[in-house]
Amino acid sequence: MPHKTFFWFFFPSGLAMLLFIGLPIISSFFQSLHIEPEQILMEVEKCDPFGCKTETKVDIEATSKLQEEQPLGRFNGLGTYGDRNHLAFDQIKEAWNNSASMSDFIDIILNLPFYKALLFTLTFCFAVTPPVVVLGFIVALSINTLTKSLKGPTIFGVILPMIVTPLIGSLVLFWMIDAKGILGATIQYLFDDPNLSLKSSSQLTWITLIIYGIWHNTPFAFVVFYAALQTVPQDPIEAAIIDGASRYERVRHIVIPHLYPVATFIILICLMDNFRVLEPIIGFAAEGVAQSLSWMIYNDLRSENKMLFGSAGATSMLTIIGVAFLLTPVLIRTWREFRTER
Amino acid sequence: MESKINRYSKQLILINSLFIILWLGVSVFPFIWTFWGSFKVKADFFSRADWMFAVTGVNTLFETGDTSTVKAYVESWTEGEFWKATMNTAIITVSVVTISLFLGTLGAYALSRSTYKYTFWILIAALIFRAMPHITLVSGYLFPFFQLNVWGILPTTIIVLVAINQPFTLWLLYSFFKTVPKELDESALIDGCSYFQAFRYVIMPVMWPGVVTAGLFSMMLAYNDFTVTSLLLNQENYTMVPKINAYLGTIEHSGNYMWAVSSVVSATAPLFMIIMFFQRQLISGLTAGAVKG
Repeated sequence: MPHKTFFWFFFPSGLAMLLFIGLPIISSFFQSLHIEPEQILMEVEKCDPFGCKTETKVDIEATSKLQEEQPLGRFNGLGTYGDRNHLAFDQIKEAWNNSASMSDFIDIILNLPFYKALLFTLTFCFAVTPPVVVLGFIVALSINTLTKSLKGPTIFGVILPMIVTPLIGSLVLFWMIDAKGILGATIQYLFDDPNLSLKSSSQLTWITLIIYGIWHNTPFAFVVFYAALQTVPQDPIEAAIIDGASRYERVRHIVIPHLYPVATFIILICLMDNFRVLEPIIGFAAEGVAQSLSWMIYNDLRSENKMLFGSAGATSMLTIIGVAFLLTPVLIRTWREFRTER
Repeated sequence: MESKINRYSKQLILINSLFIILWLGVSVFPFIWTFWGSFKVKADFFSRADWMFAVTGVNTLFETGDTSTVKAYVESWTEGEFWKATMNTAIITVSVVTISLFLGTLGAYALSRSTYKYTFWILIAALIFRAMPHITLVSGYLFPFFQLNVWGILPTTIIVLVAINQPFTLWLLYSFFKTVPKELDESALIDGCSYFQAFRYVIMPVMWPGVVTAGLFSMMLAYNDFTVTSLLLNQENYTMVPKINAYLGTIEHSGNYMWAVSSVVSATAPLFMIIMFFQRQLISGLTAGAVKG
């Protein structure tokens, strides 16, 4: 296809991606270099029948004027990246000098907002992915043995958790796990503790979120494994049967090796998707004890008085760096596929 | 062909069936429970005394005179203005699907037929774009959109969702067009068609299976989106998902909480219906790129 024809065919799609995916990343970076202007304060004398008092008040007029002149705020360089809410260099240095032991030091760091969020995000990613792969594989194996007429409806039922949006999915589970819901009440009954609630401690909340993550992601692993199972070559399996291999041995030595590349694909996609975890935290109302990087950005953009563009931009950039780490193996894999295709 | 030796033993079939039933329960039961509970009052759905109340509807009987009620549905659709959110979702979904398929088919066709090296780099760039968390993009949109005064309205959100959706659509349709034999449009070109004519008269009639799959994914993205719609739309223009979240923000007014429950059912039902019809396409789309023989 000549360059010119290609250009016109691809132009609309390329333009859309450039304008609304490429530019926002740059704009985010640009924002992260700026910081909101300080509010201009003024002293007002306020008199009532009992005497006069001076109060400091925000000079709304001057502040809004300043904001009009510099809508993005003043230039701050990389300052936002190093502040307490992000990489917190000063706080780390201080903790390093002052803390008595290593565990003390780690404790202090993990209480800084950014590192706390990073810890949760990574824990979520790496706790959800392995069970998802294992469960997805087992479900695929067992559904594969069903008779044809049963397969369709069963698959439909199994993929439901994946279809609904994470917010709705987490709400549906949350309402059951709530202390007054069916699961929550059953758990209280089982452990004979009327105050036990999955929301009561941060560990329990984390576990609940992880269970939700497994529930939501397993269907994806199942679908991919199921499709891959259809491509397992039959000849080696028949040969193994003739040689007297048991069912377990056949799965272990023929099916699983065949599925390795598919499993890596699932792991990579799962890690990448879960790295952006946001909606479950909102759905489970777990903001208090579990914050993710995405949630930090969301929170900056939703803050009541003023959107913190600079802070959100900086967290976005740091998140993108994290995604880049997870993305590298995917890119290498795609690269190899292309090379073999040519 | 199942050989006789490969028959499953009785125990295996039993264990297998039990496992499937258990797993189906885990997947489906929460939805059935919510559906059933949405016809009860809050005191039943979140019953402190006994969760069986949610099944039998004791308080519902007491409060409304019947064991099930559509009060939450009626109120959320009228007073809660859920009809508006539904309409917004419909507008956004239809527009996003149409536009992104239009752009996506043209782009992916070009990518699949060009033999130059830059197609590879474009696809890699699309892959990187697809991996970007949506919230980081949104943080880049907000400021310019405020300045340009286009924040809060539906068209902006539609364009943004189309763009966010492009990388995946391109990849999906690219791998689909690769399976359409090149000879088909090449012969049309030899007969004197332009590239566009070849696309219009030769490729378009055979591309529908791929387009349906890509459309299904665009639909799910637009329908399910929370990050973009909740931050880029103003309250007036909220779609269903942010609307449900907004109902939750006003908790403790016990009526409102049931609005959220009934709205969850209202929002999920159409989606499940569509997936029931297009399950095959959904699965083929998910596995494109993962499974290659």
